[in-house]
Amino acid sequence: MTVPALAINQLYKTYDNGFQALKGIDLEVRPGDFFALLGPNGAGKSTTIGIICSLVRKSSGTVEIFGRNIDSHFSEAKQYLGIVPQEFNFNMFEKSFDILVTQAGYYGLPARLARERAEKYMRQLGLWEKHNLPSRTLSGGMKRRLMIARALIHEPKLLILDEPTAGVDIELRRSMWQFLRQINQQGTTIILTTHYLEEAESLCRNVAIIDRGEIITNTSIRSLLQKLNKEVFIFDTRDSLAEFPVIDGFPGKRVDDHSFEVEVEKAQSLNGLFEGLSKRGIDIISMRNKANRLEELFVSLVQPNIDLLTKEKKK
Amino acid sequence: MTAAEKWVAFVTILVKEVRRFTRIWQQTLLPPAITITLYFVIFGTLIGPRIGEMSGFNYIEFVAPGLIMMAVITNSYSNVVSSFFGAKFSHSVEELLVSPVPNYIILTGFMMGGVARGLSVGLVVTLLSLFFTRLHVQHLWVTCSVVFLTAVMFSLAGFINAVFARTFDDISIVPTFVLTPLTYLGGIFYSINMLPDFWQGVSQVNPILYMINAFRFGVLGVSDIDVRWAFVIVIGFIALLYGFSMHLLVKGRGLRN
Repeated sequence: MTVPALAINQLYKTYDNGFQALKGIDLEVRPGDFFALLGPNGAGKSTTIGIICSLVRKSSGTVEIFGRNIDSHFSEAKQYLGIVPQEFNFNMFEKSFDILVTQAGYYGLPARLARERAEKYMRQLGLWEKHNLPSRTLSGGMKRRLMIARALIHEPKLLILDEPTAGVDIELRRSMWQFLRQINQQGTTIILTTHYLEEAESLCRNVAIIDRGEIITNTSIRSLLQKLNKEVFIFDTRDSLAEFPVIDGFPGKRVDDHSFEVEVEKAQSLNGLFEGLSKRGIDIISMRNKANRLEELFVSLVQPNIDLLTKEKKK
Repeated sequence: MTAAEKWVAFVTILVKEVRRFTRIWQQTLLPPAITITLYFVIFGTLIGPRIGEMSGFNYIEFVAPGLIMMAVITNSYSNVVSSFFGAKFSHSVEELLVSPVPNYIILTGFMMGGVARGLSVGLVVTLLSLFFTRLHVQHLWVTCSVVFLTAVMFSLAGFINAVFARTFDDISIVPTFVLTPLTYLGGIFYSINMLPDFWQGVSQVNPILYMINAFRFGVLGVSDIDVRWAFVIVIGFIALLYGFSMHLLVKGRGLRN
């Protein structure tokens, strides 16, 4: 049997103020997987990651990284793990290169190998030109890449990224995706938390959704998307529309003078819609999904809890 | 981690600490050099000749060992307290906490960083003192061991302060209100034999008195106290502070949520 890259069993966390952040979560991530851990703010994602990397003390439960318990085999478990936190957590006065070499030293890498690795990852992540500058002079995107390079310096088998592309421009985000895909293909297991659901859909094979300290879904992205019954499409028209063109079986509404949206069930053919639009002489020049598909699902899954929370607050 | 990997991790922390205080030498090495020079000018050259001899030595000779120890104490303490609190404040301490480095290596690394600064400043101050007086070391082993152990002790104390500190104000409270008064009252500028019996007794509760006198014994060969007590007290404090620091690290006090 393959040892899971990450195995979490009955993990509980109650903070000193009494807030129960995790209510007995179970999670297993297979080696080589690209796994998304999703959830709204305050759902327990960062607490879970904090426990895995030992920055947060768990109340009970077990965590194993490649079969090594983080309590009893602390050192080995840590050697397998690389972590990219949400916030910048390096010394802003140190040179970028020194930050990487120092981190390598914490993992026992000899200085020469540490310098080689630092150069390798800085080049791969487009940071080498700035290697001799204090890290505070780097741009936000560069700082994020520096944290990725730092997490990879000891070449971990499991890499956890907590919202790695937050605040990063689209071009850079795409290049980071490319890099992450590449290291995943080379065998590194990746766990990603993100608020950009397009990112999870594009990169990850499996997903767990955590909400109010509980895992509410744990499946493959593909099977999750199959649960989606409806999609909303936006159509752009050549001529202006005075009102929504009502067509039987396709509910929707007018968005503006030149666009309208239509709800389409998964099993429904779009041919009927196009026929109806042609008969009315409406010239469609483009169409697109209203929202990311995973985003729709995500909202539908966590919405009951959001509603509950809103009601509780009103009380 | 293997023993070799632990050694690499320890050296990494130590080198990082040394690099930190040498990078900002204008804030770490220069101020104590200027302060101590002023002490030598004022208490040694200007006021000293009027005071006359103390314990059989010129006043400047008498105060020199105490001033060197004062620099060692304050700098070893402030190095660890500012470095570790800074790492906590910027969250860069997480780099260490997520790594496989055992707690005792983290503690020893920071401690030795403090010792390195304490001894570096001690060396600078000693060299400066040679411009004003002559230092004939009487007991080399006592001199070296007591200065090293004192630096260890105050580095550990600085570490504990950093763990408990929540703001930058918290890291200056102990040096200002505890360390400085105890150092000044620790017999740098006078022999406690000059004090009334009651105040001699009170002075003997001050651990810094023992360190300064043991160092003075090493350099000048005179001391107000039994030097063996100095070693007992310093080693006892080191054991106590090291144990408490480890307890704080294991519990993750102020570091892990």
